[in-house]
Amino acid sequence: MSGEIRLKIDGKACSGLKGETILEVARRNEIWIPTLCYDERLEPYGACRLCLVEVKGARGLLPACTTEITEGMEVRTSTKRIESIRRTVIELLLSDHPDDCMTCESAGSCVLQDLAYRYGVKRSPYAGETHKYGILNGNPLIERDPNKCVLCGRCVRICEEVVGAGVYGFVNRGFDAIVSTPYDHSLLDTPCLFCGQCISACPVGALTSKISKGKGRYWDVKKTDTICPYCGVGCTITLWTKENRIVNVTAPIDKGVNKGDLCVKGRFGYQFVNSPDRLKSPLVRQRDGSLKRVSWKKAVSYIAENFARIREQYGPDSIAGLASARCTNEENYVFQKFIRAAIGTNNVDHCARL
Amino acid sequence: MTNSIEDIGLADVTFIIGSNTTEAHPVISMELIKAVKAGRKKLIVADPRNIMISSFAEIVLNQKPGTDVALLNGMMHWILKKKLHNEDFIAERTEGFDEFKKSLAAYSPEKVEKITGVPKEDIKRAAEMFASAPRANIIYAMGITQHTTGTDNVMAVANLAMLTGNIGRPGTGVNPLRGQNNVQGACDMGALPDVYSGYQKVTDDAARRMMEEAWGVPLPAKPGLKVTEMVDAALRGDIKAIYVMGENPVITDSDLNHSIKAFQSLEFLVVQDIFMTETAEFADVVLPSASFAEKEGTFTNTERRVQRIHKAIEPPGEARPDWEIISEVSSALGYKMSYSTVYDISREISKVTPSYRGITPNAIAGAACGIQWPCPEEDHPGTPILHVGKFTRGKGKFMPVHYKPPHESPTKDYPLVLTTGRILTHYHAGSMTRRCPPLEEIAPEALAEFHESDAAAYGIGEGDIVEIATRRGKIEVRATISERANPGVVFVPFHYAETPVNVLTPSALDPVCKIPEFKVSAIKVKAKKRQGQTRKNL
Amino acid sequence: MSGKDRVVVGLATCGIAAGGVSVMEEIRREIKKRNLGVEVAETGCIGYCFAEVLVEIQKAGMPKVIYGEVKPNDVPLIVEGHLIEGKILRDKALLIEGRKTPEADFLKKQKRIVLANCGLIDPENIDDYIATGGYEALKKVLSGMTPEQVREEILASGLRGRGGAGFPTGQKWNLCAMAQGKDKYIVCNADEGDPGAFMDRSVLEGDPHAVIEGMIIGGYAIGATHGYIYCRAEYPLAVRRLKKAIADATSRGFLGKNILSSGYSLDIVVKEGAGAFVCGEETALIASIEGKRGMPRPRPPFPANKGIWGMPTNINNVETFANVPWIIRNRAKKFAKMGTVGSKGTKVFCLTGKVRRGGLAEVEMGTTLREVIFGVGGGIKEGRKFKAVQIGGPSGGCLPESLLDTPVDYDSLPAAGAIMGSGGMVVVDDTTCMVDLAKYFLTFTQMESCGKCVPCRLGTKRMLEILTRICKGEGKPEDIDLLEKLAIDIKEGSLCQLGGTAPNPVLTTLRYFRDEYVAHIRDKRCPAGLCVDLVTFHIDPEKCTGCGVCLKNCPSGAISGERKKPHVIDEDKCIKCRECIRRCRFDAVYTV
Repeated sequence: MSGEIRLKIDGKACSGLKGETILEVARRNEIWIPTLCYDERLEPYGACRLCLVEVKGARGLLPACTTEITEGMEVRTSTKRIESIRRTVIELLLSDHPDDCMTCESAGSCVLQDLAYRYGVKRSPYAGETHKYGILNGNPLIERDPNKCVLCGRCVRICEEVVGAGVYGFVNRGFDAIVSTPYDHSLLDTPCLFCGQCISACPVGALTSKISKGKGRYWDVKKTDTICPYCGVGCTITLWTKENRIVNVTAPIDKGVNKGDLCVKGRFGYQFVNSPDRLKSPLVRQRDGSLKRVSWKKAVSYIAENFARIREQYGPDSIAGLASARCTNEENYVFQKFIRAAIGTNNVDHCARL
Repeated sequence: MTNSIEDIGLADVTFIIGSNTTEAHPVISMELIKAVKAGRKKLIVADPRNIMISSFAEIVLNQKPGTDVALLNGMMHWILKKKLHNEDFIAERTEGFDEFKKSLAAYSPEKVEKITGVPKEDIKRAAEMFASAPRANIIYAMGITQHTTGTDNVMAVANLAMLTGNIGRPGTGVNPLRGQNNVQGACDMGALPDVYSGYQKVTDDAARRMMEEAWGVPLPAKPGLKVTEMVDAALRGDIKAIYVMGENPVITDSDLNHSIKAFQSLEFLVVQDIFMTETAEFADVVLPSASFAEKEGTFTNTERRVQRIHKAIEPPGEARPDWEIISEVSSALGYKMSYSTVYDISREISKVTPSYRGITPNAIAGAACGIQWPCPEEDHPGTPILHVGKFTRGKGKFMPVHYKPPHESPTKDYPLVLTTGRILTHYHAGSMTRRCPPLEEIAPEALAEFHESDAAAYGIGEGDIVEIATRRGKIEVRATISERANPGVVFVPFHYAETPVNVLTPSALDPVCKIPEFKVSAIKVKAKKRQGQTRKNL
Repeated sequence: MSGKDRVVVGLATCGIAAGGVSVMEEIRREIKKRNLGVEVAETGCIGYCFAEVLVEIQKAGMPKVIYGEVKPNDVPLIVEGHLIEGKILRDKALLIEGRKTPEADFLKKQKRIVLANCGLIDPENIDDYIATGGYEALKKVLSGMTPEQVREEILASGLRGRGGAGFPTGQKWNLCAMAQGKDKYIVCNADEGDPGAFMDRSVLEGDPHAVIEGMIIGGYAIGATHGYIYCRAEYPLAVRRLKKAIADATSRGFLGKNILSSGYSLDIVVKEGAGAFVCGEETALIASIEGKRGMPRPRPPFPANKGIWGMPTNINNVETFANVPWIIRNRAKKFAKMGTVGSKGTKVFCLTGKVRRGGLAEVEMGTTLREVIFGVGGGIKEGRKFKAVQIGGPSGGCLPESLLDTPVDYDSLPAAGAIMGSGGMVVVDDTTCMVDLAKYFLTFTQMESCGKCVPCRLGTKRMLEILTRICKGEGKPEDIDLLEKLAIDIKEGSLCQLGGTAPNPVLTTLRYFRDEYVAHIRDKRCPAGLCVDLVTFHIDPEKCTGCGVCLKNCPSGAISGERKKPHVIDEDKCIKCRECIRRCRFDAVYTV
């Protein structure tokens, strides 16, 4: 069954494996095909019609996202016909989309905006009735603006296929088709786990993080890839920072063990870092029981004096250290080295068992 | 984990026992759900509660808390009876099978049903499904280990994998999920009383000599105390001073009243943390450290993958990375540490740690997604799957284990069983997540989950405040009547300092690894106040 | 059938809607009253929809007569005159066996295979079906043919899918037979949703066993383990008759475990639709059967490989299955003799609209539109002029008079811009505005779009908006080009055939009636005088007799005038309801 399949995309010789789609092979070969409803994490859906391509011998145009490659296939990703349809799709989407990129949270990371830019669509020739839905934000984390929804179904599918919660579904038909929750309930009254996977899947500004709102958009922030500080899965996260504060967390789709997936803690549990409760200076307990701010130098020598005294008086095994499952490898290494080499005891442990 | 997260999806059957995967390891749960939804996988879930992942399972086994060995032995008994064991694998790769086989004779499904409360037909079906799968893996977590029989439980799990030959191939393996981001790394680094980094025993003369040479000082050969033993030693007066870096044992230890007393009795306590924790309240010196976003270094995840973290912002005020502080304290104590960057430490780790030898700062910077140890040299790609072809110790040894009842069983006075654990929205003692207002809004308080029959029996309504008491203490907590609960078992999460459930848990330990039995306590309950509402879905 | 005198009433939905039940009650009452030994029976629809209620009288020694437009108060006359006195009531008789009547052409010009039993047998009586050779084909297949032989026979017959796309049925069966799966499904698509189409309903109501027999044969040919009939819930009578037919067939051993001791087993379940037009599309239909929202998905994978619950699934239309027993009984060769090179057999059409004899018309493939509309249908009502025919429902195209000689087959119709579709044929006369007609069909399709793909969801809406403004006289010169470009992009860009065909009415009216669009946009004029925003109503003083009928009936009091003198319409008060035009017996009211 396996074995290489050879094909041509825009005249370029490419190859792939059985079961791979035209889109996958094209992307690997750096051939750009626009998409809106496609998400690597999900089963292909074929709804936006932007990825339509021409396959020699096929009746009609085929969606690159769902069409599997076959031996000797000849694909053209851009023809006059295809580009006309793509442009029409963009124009149609913009004909029922708020014109508010100025204040949209997703500006800069919006697929529709990028497509309009690329195709130079300034104003839709299909102006007509537009929807005026209310903003849905009756929960602490996720804001839904159905006016911006392009019905790509990515939120519906990620919640069903990956999260398993199945919170969203389509309701109504035709022009009035829209994504909703059962009986239009607030997310708080659905099985929503608040992982925000729907936000990560949304290609436009229809789903956004309430706690990032107004704090800094894509181009306006520094982005640092790092590892999530919570459970042992070790997901790769991207910290969006501005003015020395974390303003948003996302996950790169092409990196790490999680490949874009995150949970509620990983995606939304970052505010502790900039909490006013953070300890900012060393503190030493006074005779009256209060804690007093001291310099690092003072704190360190106070500790050294006391440890030296206790070791002297009761021996090194009267001292113990607790390292941490939250600190880095380097810190844990240094810590056990400190206990063993500097104090002289093996009384070192951490809460691995909790 | 013997295998990788990526490879979890490949198993045709995944057996989850004692892991509330969706809440404690959500992204691994997503991997599993993806595969189930796409029709590539079937799930068997064994848990005393109807946890979220149960709803995706083909077979759900609700065993009574603390009866895992019986359940696993029962499944293996049936596998042998149906001759579904992997004879080739057993012959080539293992030893001690005959004795082991004899040890299973007593665990007929009928008998195991009596112990575990799991219908015998379900035990048989689960055994057959697991053993017949071309590739099957096992996922477990604290539900297996946090018992007085934790070590036995783990051995029974390993026996099941060996019996069916599900080791050393993609989509197989024994996969304990580690609870905290770097619990694997802390162990790897020797933050344990009996080993140096890379699990080199302090009692091993050669290892000790090597470390002495590397560190330039003589080192003690006697293993130190485990955290649970430290508490007792402090109460006895044998431990006088403790240095705590980034932990909050006052909240997370079992039999909390006991550990508070221990910390109060110390002569000198240093706590180094990012917040003023409950433990820091007892400290003589409190030092501010940098959070994960404010420093460089590496974390090792549950699949042994060493990954780099990157500094995104400056620490607040005078806070500093832990390694800098420790180096300075060490130097002040007369043992000089002069690392100029964190990578000086990384290089030292790779020098003295065989399994991390190839994980140098250079190698890891060049890797696409970290490196999985063992990685014996710099060009080595790392090891996604352990025990391929042969076990680390040579032959895999079947270890006969027998069912022992938990430390406490329900009695007339304490008729219900309490089991503790995590919920999705919060993390550990809550010092991080509870400082995130939206998360706090979603899960503002601890909820004790009751089965409707128990709620009816004790006159408990949704949202009522109840008192839960063990022989060690009592707490008040809001009750919820939940489909997740099974009769006789009450669940309370441990994240909430104002609802310190570890007042109730026993200090009884597993004899080998000294892990407390967080998962089983005999309790009595009393309805106190009728009031309030609950957020039911989480 | 016994030698007894018989009265048969057509009680399909059409007959019931026309008052058939009260006619039936009246007949029973009359017969009982007069103590006549006459058998009273019901049947399905024979197709004379224009003349419902139909009552057939079979009396010994007399030709069989079908009376049309029977009302309850006609019943005593018919019973007395025909059944007792033995006289045929000429003015009510639609058809007299062996004699020429004006409406005889309707049946004579048809070739009935699928409808052979409709209107003749009692659909709720399995013995009636068996008496006409029913289940003989199944016996033949199960006793002496391998599944391969059955598929070869169907392939050789040249039968193509009657649901619209015209895919060769034998080939479809082969694909599903080759596919691997633990289970296999055979599905009858009875989700007939086109406005103006009712051939499937008539077959299901009139001859349900033929469909079921065809399905069992198909199931055997592909190795199906389960069958579904996906029937729209708006057809309660069809659903009831199907369920009864399934139960009866099962009790006779034609269905269920070990059919006719052949070792082959099949169960069939009727699944009622939830009212979405798009569920007629195969993949949406599958989603609906699985309990999901009926939304299509791209193909491949085709249902033959991945259908219901991911298992190989073969879906055929009602009419397709109804052809199968005939083909098996009469051999493929005989079937293939009918029709054209590429299209074999017959096709059932639903003649509706301004045609004189609206109803069910089954004609040989290759018959021209003219023969169907003028031969079978008897031409245009009220002596008006033929303007166009919309073939294939809202997905079809609108063909003008110049194309009336187009043969109906799978190749000629698409060449002209229409499709065979399921067989709806809406005839329009010169009082119909073609822009308005296109708007009507677009209103339907845009409302029925599932919303999944962008071109269909938003594109049909925008097309409708453009058409609406053209009809209002607000069209812009560039609208025609915009409409045409949008229509083509939707046609080629949509996910399923709902969107893929929705622009057809617009494209064909643009192709054949472009001048009407231009008149609306440039001259702000509706040539048919239909678009209310573009017409004004006037009374021709030459023709007006001053009878006062229009004045009396005008709901807005816009007409004034003295008796016996020409009346006038006040444009400001006129609400353009057309009541005056309808009422005027002198053709004096006209529009500008």
